[in-house]
Amino acid sequence: MSEKVYGLMAEFDSPGAVLRAAEQVRSQGYRHWDVFTPFPIHGLDKVMGYRNSLVGWVSLAGGAFMFLNVVGLIWFANAFDYPLIVGGKPMFSAPMTFVPAYIMLIMGAAVGALIGMIALNQFPRLHHPLLFKKRFEGATRDKFIIVIGAKDEKFCATQTRQLLEAIGGAHVEIVEDQE
Amino acid sequence: MSELANIEELKKLAPPAELRRAPVVEGNQGLGWLTDKLLAFAEAKVPLWWKILFAIAAFCATVIFPVCLFYQVFTGVGVWGNNHPVMWGWDIVNFIWWVGVAHAGTLISALLFLTRQHWRTTIGRMAEAMTVFSVAMAGLYPAIHVGRAWFDWFMFPIPNSNGNWPQFKSPLMWDVFAVNTYLVVSSLFWFMGMIPDFAIMRDRATTRVRKGIFSILAMGWTGSAWQWHNYEKAYVVLCGLCTLLVFTVSSIVGLDFCTAQLAGWHATIFPLYFVIGAVFCGFGMMLVLMIPLRKACGLENIITKSHIDKVAKLTLVSGLIINYIYLMEIFIAWYSGDPYERWVFGHRFFGHTYWYFGFLLIAINVCVTQLLWFKKIRSNLAALFVIGLLINIGMWSERFVIVVGSLYQDYLPANWSKYHPTIWDIGLYIGTLGAFFMLYLLFVKFLPMIAVSEVKGATPQGDPHHPLGGADKGGRP
Repeated sequence: MSEKVYGLMAEFDSPGAVLRAAEQVRSQGYRHWDVFTPFPIHGLDKVMGYRNSLVGWVSLAGGAFMFLNVVGLIWFANAFDYPLIVGGKPMFSAPMTFVPAYIMLIMGAAVGALIGMIALNQFPRLHHPLLFKKRFEGATRDKFIIVIGAKDEKFCATQTRQLLEAIGGAHVEIVEDQE
Repeated sequence: MSELANIEELKKLAPPAELRRAPVVEGNQGLGWLTDKLLAFAEAKVPLWWKILFAIAAFCATVIFPVCLFYQVFTGVGVWGNNHPVMWGWDIVNFIWWVGVAHAGTLISALLFLTRQHWRTTIGRMAEAMTVFSVAMAGLYPAIHVGRAWFDWFMFPIPNSNGNWPQFKSPLMWDVFAVNTYLVVSSLFWFMGMIPDFAIMRDRATTRVRKGIFSILAMGWTGSAWQWHNYEKAYVVLCGLCTLLVFTVSSIVGLDFCTAQLAGWHATIFPLYFVIGAVFCGFGMMLVLMIPLRKACGLENIITKSHIDKVAKLTLVSGLIINYIYLMEIFIAWYSGDPYERWVFGHRFFGHTYWYFGFLLIAINVCVTQLLWFKKIRSNLAALFVIGLLINIGMWSERFVIVVGSLYQDYLPANWSKYHPTIWDIGLYIGTLGAFFMLYLLFVKFLPMIAVSEVKGATPQGDPHHPLGGADKGGRP
């Protein structure tokens, strides 16, 4: 095969099976590997060793940014640049700023959450070596797929294949790196 | 053999049938079956009923709607029935009604997610779509009610050569932000929820065009653990934010009214009143949409009777809160001793002009709602469909009673006048209804109308701690 190898993929039939298999892969000391599932599996985050996602912080930053900006804008617009007395109310006060600032906080936080998710997942990505594999289509249907990357130090075409088969993986296949 | 014995043991430990929760999906089929079933409608040929309904909706949306819209914009607000002292007529009534319809959608998709109600997965997406489209319809009304729609940009804080800025001390200004935020956030939430399902449709696409479109929409989703990890976090955050919006947007619409010095409007209960009214009305709309769709798309196993029963119960709860608020409003009007308040409330129900809307309000929102106490009614789909329609009419009447009922007879009898909608009011309303249903039909046909990945996660086959999901020992039965 002239093409470079991206990794080895193996198929599992149930979320329970893939969860156990992932534990095994992890205990074997692999680092560049991933699990592809049709829906989020409870407990997989822990096995993969993921900490709390940064999305929440991006969202908080977006919300805080918008809140402060809107408060600033209202002060600038209604108290500094274009002061206008309405009903004898003060030019700038907390009650008048809170509602729009709070609403825009929600807007900022929501956009932040989406941008955070897109950025952390490196979307949009219209090309991926796995998307060329016919069997990988099962990963959005009813199959659970573990892929061990060729980049991994421990990766060895034969030994890794043996491991994947030993932990119950079916249809172990090589994934070509089609760059 | 040992595994089987294990399952038998687990069955013995399981709670008795009456204590068990109804399954999210009936039939206990596999994940592959679910995928086929849920996407069957979007991938099949366009059925005849869809074409007929679409033709009707599209006629309203592309002929009646633009004609009424452009005539109003080119001529002026005078083509509507709005005139002194009733400056808010059908346009604001319909605005509140559409915002209200939106709220139940967000409540179902966001609040029920936060409370971990798994049954919401089957109807959440349909509810979100309802939200997005109805907020869009709602946003249109204030935009053209200002009269000179080409100056709408004055409402946004944009630096301009006149050197003036919007006035942030007015709740009407807050409304601009609230409705726009609601539209943006609910659209984002709707879109983000669909990304994994776009990937499913991409992988199942049979034509190059479909494959191309869904590849772009899915943005390269592979379903890796890392992607789900970030996605789930973003989803929870967006759910939390959307839940805040449920309670904020209609509150601000309520503030538009309660800051006005008008008998019948100047009440602190209004923000709550509008939120609950909105949710109640939206649940009615949900019943109207859900019941025929489940039949037409063959989703009886997915949107089960138990789910519809739960929606009906939520409708009942929000209806009872609304009834309590009606009672409070009337009580406070009497207890305040304010002759104007008493006058307005008396005329809402016993006046000679708009008493029929007051009558509809009592007959539907108070009386018909009580039918939902009975399990027989809640399991009768035809009855629920009719009740859903009636609730929409009832809530529309309520908004009419609030808006016009307070305006047409204010403090100064010399000021009194009557309000009658013109054909342009009616046409625009029909147009927005058409646009809503046209968008909804397009959504149902071409997008994943049920959150496939979420439903899979809510089945026993998708639970790694369930014997059917491949749990090796223990696990929950």
